[in-house]
Amino acid sequence: MSFKQGITAKPRPRITPDHQPLWDGFKVHKLMLPYCEECGKPHLPPGPVCPYCLSDRLDWREASGCGTISTWVEVHKVWFPAFADDVPYNVIQVELAEGPRITANLIDFGGKIEVGQKVQATFDDVDEDLTMLRFKPA
Amino acid sequence: MAKAQAAVVGVGTTAYGRLPDYDAYDLGMWALTEALGDAGLKFEDIDGVIINRIPDYQRFCEIAGIDPQYVTITPGHGRFAAICIDTAISLVASGRCKTVALVYGNNGRSAGASYGGPEDSYGSGANGLWFPYGMTSPGAFHALMMRRHMGLYGTTPEQIAQVSMTFRNHAALNPQAVMREPFNLDTYLDARMICDPLRLLDYCLINDGGVAIIITAAERARDFPKPPVYLRGAALQTVFADSMFPPEDFWRGAMKKVTDRSFGDAGLSHADMSALMIYDNFTPTVLFSLEGCGYCGEGESGPFVAEGHLALGAKFPTNTSGGHLSESYMQGWALNVEAVRQLRGECGERQVSEAANVHYCAAAPVCSSIVYSRDAS
Ligand SMILES: [Zn+2]
Repeated sequence: MSFKQGITAKPRPRITPDHQPLWDGFKVHKLMLPYCEECGKPHLPPGPVCPYCLSDRLDWREASGCGTISTWVEVHKVWFPAFADDVPYNVIQVELAEGPRITANLIDFGGKIEVGQKVQATFDDVDEDLTMLRFKPA
Repeated sequence: MAKAQAAVVGVGTTAYGRLPDYDAYDLGMWALTEALGDAGLKFEDIDGVIINRIPDYQRFCEIAGIDPQYVTITPGHGRFAAICIDTAISLVASGRCKTVALVYGNNGRSAGASYGGPEDSYGSGANGLWFPYGMTSPGAFHALMMRRHMGLYGTTPEQIAQVSMTFRNHAALNPQAVMREPFNLDTYLDARMICDPLRLLDYCLINDGGVAIIITAAERARDFPKPPVYLRGAALQTVFADSMFPPEDFWRGAMKKVTDRSFGDAGLSHADMSALMIYDNFTPTVLFSLEGCGYCGEGESGPFVAEGHLALGAKFPTNTSGGHLSESYMQGWALNVEAVRQLRGECGERQVSEAANVHYCAAAPVCSSIVYSRDAS
């Protein structure tokens, strides 16, 4: 486990026990979602209980990785020094086919991003401890 | 329609801008001294204190030399201006307190406050998931909302610009405003992008300053030097569930609830409002508030503001002080003071003629609406 997070390193995810299965899934290139065994609904961000019916019977299942861009921004300001070489970079919010929303970046696109655009999950092995979810046009 | 139970009898503001010689306590004391002078009261007349953003309530009361029978302190989030005022109404309406002082002090500019980046704590604790993607700050959150609004309804940058330009024109008439130079559409569009679709002139100003408001029961309100301004209605509605992501309805549901409740208590409607004070941390918040409060239809705020309705002299003069975008980012407090000053007729060149009722609202994870009136009922 690497703990170096100086100004030269990009922020790493704060992985709480609730979030662990999500990030473990990314490592094996799977988008996993916590499904409620009571009401059947998946949710994000991962929480200790289902936010719809408060059941704690959660079952992590692989999602399709398909989704739609519900909104996006292009960040110009250098909020994090480690992103200085990346500006402007995009941040997209994807509404997954299964329902929940998730925040990520869009890669391998032809210059245009649109609300309503169909996208597909892809996985970026940042280092041996961290794989990030990103999306590419479907 | 019920008679108002509470009224504002004193307001006080400091200078705004860069005030490196003052800390938040000094600014709060300055504002409170002004407000007490405005109300013709002495420090010992205060029996309730609500502190906002100033770090410590005990230290503040120690400096002021007062021992109120009620005190509380609230986080320095803009949504808390209305929450504090709503609490003060309850305190005086119930008879629990006679005279409540609300005191706000913000030395954010001189203290180097910033929003966004590694220390950012905006929102529901989503940072752990956002930061690795370079997503941070309340501004970026509002940019996500604005882009979706543009995608769904075709709202344009030219329309958004009208909000910022109009408030700057108002600030030009306000000697207290920090930014008073009007600008045109080209200047707006050429300003640097911060988080596309939001540009520099869509963002409020981080400044130093203080604000204080004195609230008492309506039946006592005539005993003060200035004409009372009645608090005819106030309502709050939280939107915390699923708040890691921007609300799908742009806070419309909650804004409608608080508007309906506060207008219902006031016995007033949209057409009765002489001016609007809309929480403008960023330009999009104004658009979402106009829709949520029902000043225009769903998705219609872009064309609505482009028609010029927010300007002085138009149907709903909005943020006549210049608001957070051009007067100073006093986190809702100065807008509430502007509502009072408009109803007292103290606004000089920017005075709304025959102002009778003013609507303050804020669209945020705690939505709020307050109706101020010259008349008690
Ligand atoms: Zn459930």
